[in-house]
Amino acid sequence: MATKKPITLSINGSEKSYEVEPRLLLVHLLRDVAGLTGTHIGCDTSICGACTVMLNGNAVKSCTVLAVQADGGEVLTIEGLARGVKLHPIQEAFWECHGLQCGFCTPGMILSAHQLLQRNPKPTETEIRHAIDGNLCRCTGYQHIVDAVQQAAKQMRPKTKSVRRKA
Amino acid sequence: MPVSKLVGAKVKRREDPSLIRGVGEYVDDVKLPGILHAAILRSPHAHAKINRIAVGAARQLAGVVAVYTGAELKNRIGTLPTTADNPTLRIPDHRALAVDKTCYVGEPVAAVVAEDRYTARDGVDLIEVDYEPLPAVTDPEKALTAASPVIHAQWPDNLAFRWQQERGNVAGAFKQADKIVKQRLVHQRLAPIAMETRGVLANYSDTQGLCVWTSTQIPHLVKGHLANLLKLPETRVRVIAPEVGGGFGSKLNVYAEEPLLAFLALELKRPVKWIEERRENIQATIHGRGQVGEVEAAVKKDGRVLALRYNVIADIGAYHQLFTPAIPPFTGLMLSGCYKIPAIGIAVRAAFTNKMSTDAYRGAGRPEATYVIERLMDRVARELKLDPVKVRQRNFPKPAEFPFKTATGLVYDSGNYELALSKALKLVGYDKLRAEQKRARGKGRYLGIGVSTYVEICAMGPGFWEYGKVDVKADGKVKVYSGASPHGQGQKTSFAQIVADQLGVDFDDVEVLHGDTGTVAKGMGTFGSRATAVGGIAIYHAAEEVKKKAQELAAQLLEAATEDVVFSDDKFIVKGVPRKGMTIQQIARQAAAANLASEISADSTFEPSNFTFPFGTHICVVEIEPETGQIEIKKYLAVDDCGKVINPLLADGQVQGGIAQGLGQALYEAVVYDDNGQLTTGSLMDYAVPRAADLPRFQLAHTETPTPVNPLGIKGIGEAGTIGSTPAVVSAVIDALAPLGVSHLDMPLTPQKIWRACQASTAAKKRVRK
Repeated sequence: MATKKPITLSINGSEKSYEVEPRLLLVHLLRDVAGLTGTHIGCDTSICGACTVMLNGNAVKSCTVLAVQADGGEVLTIEGLARGVKLHPIQEAFWECHGLQCGFCTPGMILSAHQLLQRNPKPTETEIRHAIDGNLCRCTGYQHIVDAVQQAAKQMRPKTKSVRRKA
Repeated sequence: MPVSKLVGAKVKRREDPSLIRGVGEYVDDVKLPGILHAAILRSPHAHAKINRIAVGAARQLAGVVAVYTGAELKNRIGTLPTTADNPTLRIPDHRALAVDKTCYVGEPVAAVVAEDRYTARDGVDLIEVDYEPLPAVTDPEKALTAASPVIHAQWPDNLAFRWQQERGNVAGAFKQADKIVKQRLVHQRLAPIAMETRGVLANYSDTQGLCVWTSTQIPHLVKGHLANLLKLPETRVRVIAPEVGGGFGSKLNVYAEEPLLAFLALELKRPVKWIEERRENIQATIHGRGQVGEVEAAVKKDGRVLALRYNVIADIGAYHQLFTPAIPPFTGLMLSGCYKIPAIGIAVRAAFTNKMSTDAYRGAGRPEATYVIERLMDRVARELKLDPVKVRQRNFPKPAEFPFKTATGLVYDSGNYELALSKALKLVGYDKLRAEQKRARGKGRYLGIGVSTYVEICAMGPGFWEYGKVDVKADGKVKVYSGASPHGQGQKTSFAQIVADQLGVDFDDVEVLHGDTGTVAKGMGTFGSRATAVGGIAIYHAAEEVKKKAQELAAQLLEAATEDVVFSDDKFIVKGVPRKGMTIQQIARQAAAANLASEISADSTFEPSNFTFPFGTHICVVEIEPETGQIEIKKYLAVDDCGKVINPLLADGQVQGGIAQGLGQALYEAVVYDDNGQLTTGSLMDYAVPRAADLPRFQLAHTETPTPVNPLGIKGIGEAGTIGSTPAVVSAVIDALAPLGVSHLDMPLTPQKIWRACQASTAAKKRVRK
């Protein structure tokens, strides 16, 4: 067994140091060491996307990133998305549109949608479907998920000036 | 039928807040102090003798706590269970760990327990097994021939069971036919691919007994079987299904790992967890479908079907799992679909093969039956040069003929097949589409329209009951307990809707509990679209009983005769004195204060007198690019009739997910073993599950024909999408390719398969020209 390596990570805004085996996967660090079990494992081959987290602003599949590769990085997991009791608009939209059934793919799906909406605040249905193509869902047929992302996009877009004036 | 407020409304799910925050607890999320991790060594051979297993190096690895082999467990864990009501059934010993032979790739051979997951895997890598490979058989038709390798020595013909039935004058009908239409059809094996793989955590304490968390659809059934397999009293076993990340039938089972982990916890006196990897999941979690058959129909010129004959071989794999022997007969019983066919002869032979078992997967037996009859109806239309819609209409039983007895002996509860079909035709603009198809063909474009009309069997009735309990506490909170153990279907919401309406209380005051044998007295589980149609009715009856008790308590509190107290506008009132009314929550509080009752509670076990038979029409429109074999789905429409709908949001979700799975079978998915029994689709890299960009937007509509077999008129909706969609998609593709002379292709209809069919046709044309 190789010697353990020290790493430092910021997870959901709080910085922590760990001693990890070089082979430890980021997903296992998050789930088993940091205790954040919202990130799920569905395939071990980077196909299903259940383990998707944001690493330094990019959506990555944490089942194929070594914890040591993430050293010094900033990680956002599903647990860091809501502000206290206030859900993130994407979470609200998934609830509203019935964008989940068993819920296992949902955290990864929400984070992929999060990346999409940061880069493209007004995606078309085709763009949404392509953006979540790396996240498998076996329950919903994706339709309600697409609806949820569309609704979240609407909620998250800055209000127009005329609306602000009225308010 | 009760007047509803919440029932029928699009109520947002109360399951969701924890799931969208990532704090829902699945098996792998459960943490216990001192937990150990198990990893399993699996057979790399489809068929091999085990001469020797060397575990010394694994046992010596730092961090490894224990290693077990099949020989050590043989007399300590019973053989895995299966259903056994067929007199021809042959049941091979199915051990938690293989003893001296392995019969499929992925069969568990040894288990390593260690302080952490990674070390357990390291331990597995250090075990050395001396295998002596044996010839394997993977083709079920070949398995039943004399030349085949033998899987279980006591049955040299590899026949696992037979099931046959002949009703009506089949031979006579074939003599009277104007035409005989034949088709050979292959239903490929599918992997259910629940996004959460299986997982088991077992813990034992002398005071609490054995507690097993498992990702299952049937915690109560697992509890009974575990007690039996480990020779423990049932009172010493508790099974918890926490959040379950999808099942689709694949978690309707008792798997080797469940008694194995329970044994390890009992033996080591520490909690032990095993979480299935995806590669293990595709190797050693049940597969669905896996049938190959030949159907022939005796038809009249006008398209009426007089009789069917179906000879089918079911590929059941090396062993039976819990419901394996029950699935092929379902195909036989549902073979006539939604048609009035007077005579039917069916012969099922089930073959042992060197593969993982097949068992219930979404629809279980009915998708196969529907595919057979629907593809056949299209063949009949084509050979008689009739519109496929006309052929279907000619064979429907009329609404006045319900309850309708089929030639296979089932009684369809209620139905109006013509109505669902005509609604679908209207919504999709069928006549216009056919005209557009004609124009497209004129321009060399390959447009295809597939129509599938289906009926399915739901709400597993006689012999399968479900349990429910309703409990109004003194503080006004209402607790509902269900033996159904849903896993994504949303019954924490829909059951609360039913109870809130029945008792006239706030939705938010009702809490639904399920999935724990320690809190719910008994139950069967969630499968076969039965959770609402059977479990929901048990809860409805329990709520009715609670109301009766509340009426008696109200009479005492209001100083009136019981028969003078009535329930009106959410209150119990004395007849003629509406002012003096009490809600059930007030009654519970005052009854407790007056020491009359500490709570108002009742339970109920509901066993329906018959199954329910939801039905509908699915229409798919595709266009094919012959140069690449790519299929574009231009339109998908489903009209489903599941009787009364409790929550349309949930019903639509079930239909959409079901269509995606059925479409997956039609176009993408197949579990493939090579001739040596190696699994060549062993990960999600090569087993193709539909992705968001593969699917179109589905258009959904409903008709509502309530069932008379339960008081809410609910039929079930979980499997409809899968059953209706596969033939609709395949028929659309074959219809598109009709100008090329293609009359049949086996699933999955991959671009390569379609491209080859297009090329073969082009090549044939060129040869003719020369």
